[in-house]
Amino acid sequence: MEEVPHDCPGTGSAQAGRGASCQGCPNQRLCASGVGAAPDPAIEEIKEKMKTVKHKILVLSGKGGVGKSTFSAHLAHGLAEDENTQVALLDIDICGPSIPKIMGLEGEQVHQSGSGWSPVFLEDNLGVMSVGFLLSSPDDAVIWRGPKKNGMIKQFLRDVDWGEVDYLIVDTPPGTSDEHLSVVQYLAAARIDGAVIITTPQEVSLQDVRKEISFCRKVRLPVLGVVENMSGFVCPNCKKESQIFPPTTGGAEVMCQDLQIPLLGRVPLDPHIGKSCDKGQSFMIDAPDSPATLAYRSIIQKIQELCSLHQPKEETLTSS
Amino acid sequence: MEAAAEPGHLAGIRHIILVLSGKGGVGKSTISTELALALRHAGKKVGILDVDLCGPSIPRMFRAQGRAVHQCDSGWVPVFVDQEQSISLMSVGFLLEKPDEAVVWRGPKKNALIKQFVSDVAWGQLDYLVVDTPPGTSDEHMATLEALRPYSPLGALVVTTPQAVSVGDVRRELTFCRKTGLRVIGVVENMSGFVCPHCAECTSIFSRGGGEELARHAGVPFLGSVPLDPQLTRSLEEGQDFIQEFPKSPAFPALFSIAQKILNETPAQLS
Repeated sequence: MEEVPHDCPGTGSAQAGRGASCQGCPNQRLCASGVGAAPDPAIEEIKEKMKTVKHKILVLSGKGGVGKSTFSAHLAHGLAEDENTQVALLDIDICGPSIPKIMGLEGEQVHQSGSGWSPVFLEDNLGVMSVGFLLSSPDDAVIWRGPKKNGMIKQFLRDVDWGEVDYLIVDTPPGTSDEHLSVVQYLAAARIDGAVIITTPQEVSLQDVRKEISFCRKVRLPVLGVVENMSGFVCPNCKKESQIFPPTTGGAEVMCQDLQIPLLGRVPLDPHIGKSCDKGQSFMIDAPDSPATLAYRSIIQKIQELCSLHQPKEETLTSS
Repeated sequence: MEAAAEPGHLAGIRHIILVLSGKGGVGKSTISTELALALRHAGKKVGILDVDLCGPSIPRMFRAQGRAVHQCDSGWVPVFVDQEQSISLMSVGFLLEKPDEAVVWRGPKKNALIKQFVSDVAWGQLDYLVVDTPPGTSDEHMATLEALRPYSPLGALVVTTPQAVSVGDVRRELTFCRKTGLRVIGVVENMSGFVCPHCAECTSIFSRGGGEELARHAGVPFLGSVPLDPQLTRSLEEGQDFIQEFPKSPAFPALFSIAQKILNETPAQLS
């Protein structure tokens, strides 16, 4: 019976394709030919490109639908409120690119210039890139296997002319697969400040998020902290609170204590958030007094503080 | 019946239903689970194949975490949820040494495991096999469809939430279905409003109307709206049988009606 090798030695290893665990793997021949061994020249090219980008933050989850894109968009909005801060938002969810809609940029196109692809600018200091801008219809499906998705991510990192950027925020799809491996690999030489992990309170989310944190540790990606989204709902009518997604195992707080990772904050459910995202507007501007806005702003501030602890020339910090 | 590699382990399965979305976190695993429970209550034998390799949610929803997969002469034995063996499961969740272990695999390795799930699991005789998928339109979806094609799946249930951001992704999934020739049984709108348990006011937390509008736009049946219900979330967390425990829940009628539509489409036949 054909076994999937759990102890894959790694495509870049000397044992690639030759190890005992390689027998029966669909990639065996490819690995044995030595193709995986040479480093991808794009990594150096991307390192050069990223020299003008001060801070890089990945927004991850593991679980779908917890609010990664919502958070990425609002992190970008929040940071860009200071006109002197240059912000870039890169959406590497190739199959489900939500960022154009959430940023109110649906239908925009990407232009090419001599220096590469131009991001779509929402403001002078806020540029956005997504595969969504390359599709001609909202019904177009991107039915691509891993290698093609990886190629797109490489192009986004290498060929987009981001210019001088203070914060590059990378929004990711759920999971721990091609997109995640690729973005970490391609940015390997360029130093990522860290990952912000999004979850909701219930165990079905946390169980995937723990896997994501395990992924971060495996690839030595520092975890800046966790954001717990959809943390309670206050009825607009009677003002009483309900736990729609109950924290049956203690929510993000207990998980963070167990894994010794900072809990950056909790954001309650607010029906305005979904509406603002659907309209492509900043929820923090639409509902400035909402407890959710206050929570977002506090989290954004913490992220800025954590990033400012990292000086550009320092070694990458590993998570505890 | 041994010489040919076909008909294979799915020959004893009468109907295969895929549960798709495109968007993450809309309730595919929830709908897969509740559909299986409702079909069981209608006296059917159901299997669930969980092809979400990075985020396998199905084991926990049946309180089956930590169970092991055994081998028999004809292949892998699925994990039975009950003594009557009315619901059986297969998920990568059962193959992990530790529950927090991340499955960090690229496409080809995921494809290989999915092929094994389809060809090597000894499902036996089932009325329905429900296939729970991860979000997207990528390796897992293509591998699953390729492997299941010889068995003519009944079709796909496509799950969305009401808001435009979800519908935006789910439109692409409907295109995937069209392009791959997979029939869409219908669209289910999940998280359709929340009725406050304190004052009974209904709030559209994730907007409203998107699911029905999407079904209309795509020319496919709209199967119903399932409201948010903390009892449903909690029972999934704890692996309870929601259909049995909470027949008075606001989510119950919609979930039951979806199962009923499937049953009506697939009347029992004389073989």
